[in-house]
Amino acid sequence: MTLLALLSGRGFQSALEPAGTHAARIARLWDIFLIVSVVVWVLVMIALLMAAFRRRRAQHDETAGATNTVSIATGITAVTLFALLVSSVLTGRSIVDKTAPGALQLIVTGHQWWWQVEYDDPQKSNRFQDANEITIPVGVPVNIQLRSSDVIHSFWVPNLNGKQDLIPGHDGTIQLLANKPGVYRGQCAEFCGLQHAKMSLWINAVTPDEYAKWLASSRQPSKIPSTPEQRIGQQVFMSSPCPLCHTIQGTDAGGKTAPDLTHFASRRSIAAATLPNRRGYLAGWIVDPQHLKPGSQMPPMLMKQGELEPLLAYLESLQ
Amino acid sequence: MSAMDATPYALPNSDAEHEQLQEIWAPKRGLFSWFAQIDHHSIGRRFIFTAFVWFGLGGLLAALMRIQLAKPNNTFLSADQYNQIFTMHGTTMMFLFAVPVMEAVAIYMIPLMVGTRALAFPRANAYAYYLFLFGGIMLYVAFFLNMGPDAGWFNYVPLAGPEFSPGKRIDIWAQLVNFTEISALTVAVEIIVTIFKMRAPGMSINRMPLYVWSMLVTAFMIVFAMPSVMTASNFIGLDRLVGTHFFNRAEGGDVLLWQHLFWFFGHPEVYIIFIPGLGMVSAIIEAFCHRRIFGYTAMVMSLVATAFIGFGLWVHHMFAVGLPQSGQSFFTAASMMIAIPSGIQIFCWIATIWMGKPNFRPPLMFVLGFVAIFVIGGLTGVMLASVPIDLQVHDTFFVVAHLHYVLIGGAVFPLLAALFYWFPKMTGRLMNERVGHISFWLAFIGFNVTFFPQHKLGLVGMTRRIYTYLPETGWGPLNLLSTIGAGILALGMIAYVGNALYSMKWGPIAGSNPWDGATLEWATTSPPPHYNFLHIPTVSGLEPLWNNPENAPVVTGLATDKRELLITRMLDAEPDHRFVFPNPSIWPFISAVSTAGMLVSLLFSAWALPIGTVIVAIFLTLWFWPTTPKKEGEEPPNDGAAEAVA
Repeated sequence: MTLLALLSGRGFQSALEPAGTHAARIARLWDIFLIVSVVVWVLVMIALLMAAFRRRRAQHDETAGATNTVSIATGITAVTLFALLVSSVLTGRSIVDKTAPGALQLIVTGHQWWWQVEYDDPQKSNRFQDANEITIPVGVPVNIQLRSSDVIHSFWVPNLNGKQDLIPGHDGTIQLLANKPGVYRGQCAEFCGLQHAKMSLWINAVTPDEYAKWLASSRQPSKIPSTPEQRIGQQVFMSSPCPLCHTIQGTDAGGKTAPDLTHFASRRSIAAATLPNRRGYLAGWIVDPQHLKPGSQMPPMLMKQGELEPLLAYLESLQ
Repeated sequence: MSAMDATPYALPNSDAEHEQLQEIWAPKRGLFSWFAQIDHHSIGRRFIFTAFVWFGLGGLLAALMRIQLAKPNNTFLSADQYNQIFTMHGTTMMFLFAVPVMEAVAIYMIPLMVGTRALAFPRANAYAYYLFLFGGIMLYVAFFLNMGPDAGWFNYVPLAGPEFSPGKRIDIWAQLVNFTEISALTVAVEIIVTIFKMRAPGMSINRMPLYVWSMLVTAFMIVFAMPSVMTASNFIGLDRLVGTHFFNRAEGGDVLLWQHLFWFFGHPEVYIIFIPGLGMVSAIIEAFCHRRIFGYTAMVMSLVATAFIGFGLWVHHMFAVGLPQSGQSFFTAASMMIAIPSGIQIFCWIATIWMGKPNFRPPLMFVLGFVAIFVIGGLTGVMLASVPIDLQVHDTFFVVAHLHYVLIGGAVFPLLAALFYWFPKMTGRLMNERVGHISFWLAFIGFNVTFFPQHKLGLVGMTRRIYTYLPETGWGPLNLLSTIGAGILALGMIAYVGNALYSMKWGPIAGSNPWDGATLEWATTSPPPHYNFLHIPTVSGLEPLWNNPENAPVVTGLATDKRELLITRMLDAEPDHRFVFPNPSIWPFISAVSTAGMLVSLLFSAWALPIGTVIVAIFLTLWFWPTTPKKEGEEPPNDGAAEAVA
């Protein structure tokens, strides 16, 4: 066990290191189940080993004693299971999505193989989109509507809550309530096809102040290119097939089938949280995405001499 | 035909009656006859052998997956290869190994254990075997042609639907289900009828060995569970082939229908796989502790209760779907409740060992290992029954660990124990005990090193069915440990299989009852003659061979010039009538070939159904064509002849 403890994961995608109310309650329930299970297993093993290796005395009928022991053990089993059932149902009720006043509303749509994130707002001009990264304020409940555009996916950020499926035709919901600032990783948990392994996302839990700042900047359209190279890059973007799938607010690019790139440069990673958002990876992703993530909907882009560098410069300017 | 005499069950082989029975029951030589055989020994052996071939292939696929996952960002397998491989592994183990091998052992052992000459519906048995064989061949041919199914053994729609999985891969999966389920259902019916109607006189229902009980319960579960998955597989086949909309929500279908149909089969399936294992464990503990299993009635009731509750908890595979809370609580309660009958059985076995004199031969070692592993699997099962915990660990490696603890621990360990135990009966020779111990320890240690760390991996976020993961996740070391464990486990399996293959030819001669077993299979020679018992034995208790078998009366008067056997009443096993069994026939084989042809053609055209049905119907008609009663002995059941034995 100590060996296992030493070899555990890094903690940003772990049900054992809760950073949210829901996950903390589940973790407490888990502790109860774990302790009970260990005790039960140890007792059964002691009984088994004693039965196997005890010193045998002279023959006499032990059936009556055995009947009592087995009956008592069965009774204890039933009582223990009932106690576990009650604790499980109570925890289950405490983590049901509550209609919390002041809760933020998000819509997350699963696609093969990325996450589309829409920040809802009663005022239409305040709505905006992001992809594969969700920013939430600490201490504020966030209600997420879960949809799927194609097959079944499952939304799971273990540090914050259990998982919930995204099923075409059956909208689901999940509530997150982070209580520690930090960066947490989530991953699609329902097998969704070829690149199921590479469908992850990041959750940035930030203080309410930081969140307000982030929200204000995220509602802005994209930055206007400020250097000649970025301007060339923007032209490259607009004249290649990119805008057919991608949106950049404030420009003519309005494609709806791929991640919104309005604030692309502020993202931590690309390819659904599976590659760092750095120039080398980005260049590779644009030129040959099928090598990095075979089967991805992103087609390879044929770049002429001198086009790639400005394009990268433009994308990196989209803070 | 009213006399009972005091002859032992098996007489020396020189007896004239033996010669005659041998003449009547033994399969003929020659290639044609080989395909026409219906003898439960040969079909049972072929069934076991074939199931182990698929087991070996499924194990190889598992090894490939473990190599791929041994380190992060590994490129040993591509995403597409990995997805096919995990689908093939699950499909192979569930449809081509676990259920068939349990039925296969029963095909061989049940007639011996209930004291009769054959398995009911022997021709159907041959048909079931060939369909099982052809289904597996179809699947692996497709896999080697890079057409292996790739949507998981659970095959969820819409991913498996026509829109997201074009090509033939999913159709092959759906058709494999048809092959294996026709086979499984056929064998289940044979087992039920054999147990209900062909038990030796005196083996009333409360004197049946626990293994026989476990197979009876399993067979009934198969009858009720398998139609659900066949319905599902044909729905998806239709959606894909002729454009129906069972699962297409745009046209009023529903994707959750698939999950309900699949898990209504899929959960009982788990019990179908390990309930036979529980029966094997009881048989082995009884033999190696030389004591009647404590709490026979409680054990039987537990088996039956497990079967009933097993049909009431399929929704615990669907907690993350978002069904109403109150409904989920019901399934939580049912899933936890099933731990009670399992607990009772564990307690009764421990009590039996306590009061008996355990003899730590390899079968008992495998059984003790089974208890240690299976209890962990049961406890993690209780955890998964809890909705909140399940929402965290569902579809992670925690579940991978859990299901292997239940299935390898609950079914494969008992199976290895049982095959070691029954090996001398089937082959006449003993397996090597020292190698048996070595293979046990390798398998036990290897198993735990492979799967225990996966619990932790699931808790720290590793989802299932992923072909690779990033180094930042920190999952690398535990995965490497798990892969090393798989290597040790594989060594254990190789040692076991090598031991079996070697001993088949060179093992020491066993004699009829090498372990001093108590049940009827040990009353005849090893290997048993084709007619099993020279005289049908009678039974007056739970352990016929520990109760003066020399003085036990036997049934005499069954015809020895035709395939006659004794049918008894369902509850009290009083003799009812004599029945003449069918002769070997090539038609089951030909019917299986034509059925397979129809099912494979259905991958490509819906016309295969009307045309294939006619062809199969013709062969089935020939199969059931009555032959001249006098010559072939195919007379209709002789209901009036209840004069069998006093």
